[in-house]
Parts: sequence; structure tokens; C-alpha cells
Amino acid sequence: MTAALSAPDLAARLEKEFPGAIVESNADSLVVDSVKLPDIASFLKNTPELDFDYLTNLTAVDYKEHFELVYHLLSISRNHSLTLKTRCYDRENPTVPSLVALWNAADLQEREVYDLFGIVFSGHPNMKRIFLWEGFPGYPLRKDFGDGV
Amino acid sequence: MAFKTEHFMLNVGPQHPSTHGVFRMRFTLDGEVIVDLEPIFGYLHRGIEKLAEDRTYTQNIPFTDRLDYLASMTSNQAYCMAVEKLAGITVPERAEYIRVIMSELQRIASHLAGIGFFLQDLGAFMTPLLYMFREREKIVDLFDMVCGQRLNYNYLRFGGLSQDIPPEFIPALKKLVNALPGFIDEYDRLISENEVFLVRTKGVGILSREMAISSAAAGPVLRGSDVNWDIRKSNPYSVYDRFEFDIPVAKTGDSFDRYWVRLQEMRQSVRIIEQAIEQLPEGDVQAKVSRLLKPPAGDAYVSIEGPKGEIGFYLVSDGSVKPYRWRVRPPCFINLTTLRDIIIGWKVADAMVIFGSIDIVLGEVDR
Repeated sequence: MTAALSAPDLAARLEKEFPGAIVESNADSLVVDSVKLPDIASFLKNTPELDFDYLTNLTAVDYKEHFELVYHLLSISRNHSLTLKTRCYDRENPTVPSLVALWNAADLQEREVYDLFGIVFSGHPNMKRIFLWEGFPGYPLRKDFGDGV
Repeated sequence: MAFKTEHFMLNVGPQHPSTHGVFRMRFTLDGEVIVDLEPIFGYLHRGIEKLAEDRTYTQNIPFTDRLDYLASMTSNQAYCMAVEKLAGITVPERAEYIRVIMSELQRIASHLAGIGFFLQDLGAFMTPLLYMFREREKIVDLFDMVCGQRLNYNYLRFGGLSQDIPPEFIPALKKLVNALPGFIDEYDRLISENEVFLVRTKGVGILSREMAISSAAAGPVLRGSDVNWDIRKSNPYSVYDRFEFDIPVAKTGDSFDRYWVRLQEMRQSVRIIEQAIEQLPEGDVQAKVSRLLKPPAGDAYVSIEGPKGEIGFYLVSDGSVKPYRWRVRPPCFINLTTLRDIIIGWKVADAMVIFGSIDIVLGEVDR
């Protein structure tokens, strides 16, 4: 069975390494500050007993007052999982650091989030739209898409 | 005297017989050698994830059929399991067994189509595909028997199935399951030792173990690269912990290994189906679930082992009848992350072999 790592336990440990970076931790997910995201992700990937080598799923949700980015991480060697989240409050120029340097799997998925939510991943080598064409008006998966048309 | 040369741009697709739908690739060539590749997506983008936000949970089941339309049953199952987790629904045991049977039949059907089209891409025009479709047809007939559909099954429901299997299903299934190993041996004999096939696929398009993991490749693409990872074993869902089966893993990560893993997986699927028929319990196939389901507010991610790899659903509920967010974790799309890296350095003629060995369905890539 893939064991879901206890987010509160992990949060306590991360809090020591990265003071102030943990925004929230509940039973099944860990919310971190987006500025610290690359450092925390790198820690999760490179600490031997955590060894999160596999970024399964990367997506975003528009909660109107903020965007939430959701990363489903997995460790193939240790067979455990973690749901990592971060928030972005800027609707005009939402920017989150890219994780392509850590997991190649983020490449197409970050482009998809950019295409459909308009969230820019800083540091992504090829931040272009992927399904829709350049010049498409708006970002369809935002909740306010199509308002006032 | 040195001649001045320059790179050549070659456009393939979106309308091209080897792109399995409407996929487009822009190659940069140095003579015949590929020096760069830009995959271009989106020709089949229907905005399913947006459309799903405006429909009830049940109305969204048919959308899952239209993702990977060669593996609708497993997409059905992944979505139903995600909603069941979100709403806390338990599935009757008989329904779980039937789901497993359908899932494994679907895996065989998908791999048959995958291998058939792969050989067609290699230039073995039509003959292998017709051999594969001979058996796939029998599986499709079985699906037709249970749900009246041959492609977009819409068979599963939250908490069970739309209907029980008819009495004639099990005898027909037993007949097929008895015959299948012989047919798989035949494919093995015809393909795995074919010299032309070996020359064109052995050592071609090698995906390293590290790259496969880092790119979150899944399914036969991952297991072809020496990673022993199958969600049916690593995180047994449904009733998979009650069956004995092996996970075929290949070492090299070349196009041949990806084909080989698919072929061996069909044998394992037959083993699972045989055990499932034997253990199949009597009883209901549908739990009591509200017709207009309102899962409590929250989110859930569930993923299962589909034929192409990890097919998952991330759902966010706000407590209403419609999902607030409906995200598919598409194995075909994510498997394409590595495409550029494994194609560069090969010749144009090899590009189609490598691309075909990944086995994608555009309905799921573009959604």
C-alpha cells in the first residue's frame, strides 16, 4: 500500500529547516509558501528517507480569492505519497516558481496550467500555451472566464 | 572544398497516418538526423475539464469514455473511484470483481490496438493490425453484451455498475480466456522473433531509468525502462490484492522493451481474469447512492493502473451537485514529456517507431 505521509509530522520537520514556510497542514495535504516552494521541493526530493522522485500530478484550482497549485508527489523507492500545495493571491500577474529543474514531469503540466489558468511559472524554459493558440482571449479554467460576454 | 549546409524543417501532422489522431511534430533535420523536435498539441482539445464543471457528477461519466477511447473502462473506473472516495461510497464485492474483469479485458484490448498500430507505423501495413483486431473484436463483443456499447461504454456507476452481467457473459468470457494464451503465443512468435522488427526496434529510442522517473512516465513506458512500478501492486485498489500475477519489467528502455512489456502484460491480465471468474461472488452490483449526488466539500485524488499508465482524477467538491474542479491525470499526455529527449539523434524513419512505441490516444492527450 502506498502510505500517505502524515502532513503535520512532516510540517514540524520542515518548519525547523524552513522557518515560516509552512502555511497550513492538515490530515492529507501540506500548504507551503510559494516563495519557498523550490527549496522545500528540493528538500523533499533529495532527503534520502523522503526521496520523492516522482511528480505524479500537477494542477491548479481557482478559488476566486486565490489560486491553489496542487502537486501530487510519490516516492517509487519508498512507496509513499504526499500532496503538496501552494497558493497564489495575485490575479493580475500570478507567478509561481517552476519545478522543471527538479522533475521533468512538470514541463508539459506547468505549460497546461499556464495555458488554462494564466499562472506563469518563473524559470520554466518554454513558457508557452500548449492546447490553445497564442492570442486566445483569457484563460478558460478560471472561474470568471466568460463573465460579461 | 567544404559545402555549406543548413538545417531542414519537416512538419509531420496533424493529419498524418502515423500520429494516431491529430498530433503534430515539427522536426529540425540535419540531413536525415533529427536535431530538434517541437511537439504541438491541442488539435483535439475540447475543454472537457471546463465542460465537466457545469455538469453533475453522473453526467460526467460519459466524458471519461471520451478521454482514452481505447480504454474507456479504466477511465470510467478511475473517475468512479475518485467520486466514491470523495463521497465515502463502498462498492459491493461482486461489482468490484466485475470491474476487475472489465479492466483487464480493457487492458488486453488496448494493448492489442497499441501493438497493432505500432507495427503499422513500422510499415507492416494492415496485416498485423487485422490479427490484433481479430481478438480485440471478441473483447468488444463482450463489452457490447454488458452495456450495449462497443467503444464508449459508460458502464460503471458510483457505487457499482449500471447493470449486472447477463447470464451468457461468463460462458463467452471463459471461451475467450481459454483461447487467448494461444493467440498471444502466436503474436509472440510472429513478432518478437521477426528480424525486421528486431532491427527496427532493438536499441532504438532508449529511455533511461532516471529520465523515466523524473518525467513521471507511467505504464509500459515506465516498466520498459527497468522500473518495477504498477499501482495494482504498489497500492492495490479494488480487489487486486486477492489475485496472483506478475509485473513484467524490461531492462533497456528501448522501443522493443515497451512492446515486450505490453505483450507480457496481456498474459498476466488473462491470469487475473481466470482467478476473478473463479472467485466471482453472487450479490448486488450497486450500492445505494443518491441519484443527485452531493459529495461533501473537499478534494480527492485517486489513480489506478490503466493500460497506458497511471490514470488519475483530482476532484474538488464545494458540496453542490457539480464538481468545482475536475482534473484528469492523463498518462498519454505525461508520457509524451520524454518524446523530445528520446527522439533527438535518430533518423526520421525511426521517429515513427519511437513515437508509436509510446502508444498514445489523442482524446486523452488534448482532452
